[in-house]
Amino acid sequence: MAVFHVATRKGLMTYDGSRLVDTAFLGDPVTSVIVDPRDGAIYAALNLGHFGVKLRRSEDKGKTWAELPAPAFPPDAVPVNKDKTEAPSVIQIWTLEFGNGALWAGTLPGGLFRSADRGASWSLVESLWKEPKRKDWQGGGAESPGINTICFDPRDNKKMRIGVSTGGLWASDDGGTSWRLAGNGMRAEYMPPAQALDPAWQDVHRLAQCPAAPDTIWCQHHNGIFLSGDMGESFTEITAPSAPSRFGFAVVVHPRDPNTAWFVPAVKDECRVPVDRRLVVSRTRDRGKSFDVLADGLPPPPVFDLIYRHGLDIDSSGDRLVMGSTTGNLWSSDNGGAKWACLSQTLPPINQVRWAP
Amino acid sequence: MARVSFTGNLKRHVACPPATVSATTVREALDAVFATNAPLRSYVLDEQGRLRRHVNIYVNERMIGDRVTQSDAVRDTDEIFVLQALSGG
Repeated sequence: MAVFHVATRKGLMTYDGSRLVDTAFLGDPVTSVIVDPRDGAIYAALNLGHFGVKLRRSEDKGKTWAELPAPAFPPDAVPVNKDKTEAPSVIQIWTLEFGNGALWAGTLPGGLFRSADRGASWSLVESLWKEPKRKDWQGGGAESPGINTICFDPRDNKKMRIGVSTGGLWASDDGGTSWRLAGNGMRAEYMPPAQALDPAWQDVHRLAQCPAAPDTIWCQHHNGIFLSGDMGESFTEITAPSAPSRFGFAVVVHPRDPNTAWFVPAVKDECRVPVDRRLVVSRTRDRGKSFDVLADGLPPPPVFDLIYRHGLDIDSSGDRLVMGSTTGNLWSSDNGGAKWACLSQTLPPINQVRWAP
Repeated sequence: MARVSFTGNLKRHVACPPATVSATTVREALDAVFATNAPLRSYVLDEQGRLRRHVNIYVNERMIGDRVTQSDAVRDTDEIFVLQALSGG
């Protein structure tokens, strides 16, 4: 079975190979989805326009769904930043991950939450929320900052790395008890020169940590692609000219080959469309020294699709990719992106695509 | 006893039959409903007890003024409508 889920603005779609086999939450925005590799339960985060953030779980492969409490800030949580006086509330669940025996949620406005009981209850990771520098996090495209990536070192799940847009890469080596700002070497060209290299101001669009070689972390940043060989402590900017653009949101890494990663370039921040309106996937197989530009099976220009940061995923084989766009197009590839097949041109805007384990 | 009713659009997500409650403020009325229907709370209020940004409450024909603590007064003959706020579109 090659099952994957598609979280869209109007529901959660499930595909088996090229076939749409299920639609849940029809009409409701789904912002994140994950399948628990331990028991197969599916978790879906909803953001109901009027009625708030919700979390649902299915234990029968999507036939029925039960409501769970959503992550929530406690009443005594410090305000988001110095401009605010009131206690915060969760605006959106941006990413869900399993690690270190728990389910984790990264949210807007920047709260990291942990559930040790399969989503029955949640606790704010206070150590991160109370970090003085956390208050410097800023909204990028959204009004509020958010945690978009949560990585666990497969050798030691207590070693966590999170990506914040905008707020850099944060590291914990003790399961989230304490945190430090890492990600040195990234460059923010949207900041004044004196602050451009400050790790706190880096807009990490997405991180991808190689499961077989976890010291390698790729970063698609707001204004560049950066690569770390020391699990996020330091990064080097990738400047190979063969990539169509340095701007983009999504990145995935091959599960066994840390030198191979995929990106979906767009023009730049104020013009979020493919370069020359030609949708391509760029792939490096030599650690960023060069890039292949992959477009076989993708539509000819003019294309206006943007691939959000969670809109590209790779399966455990490293061969199969799935990609979904803001325009509601969905593609998959069985050969590492060399050739793509269009599965739908009529889906709602796609927030996330994710393979079931 | 004040009567509390909810927009029909909520029924798709959570049970929310009309209720008759004893209350002197909107918040007391809501709390009385939530006491027997806890899941409904998070659809109307955020985790800090504030009225959700895109939800409106009317007491009879008057929109409430206190969205933070819902302290608006309620009389026994009042009807409280919990509605979705419309903006544009």
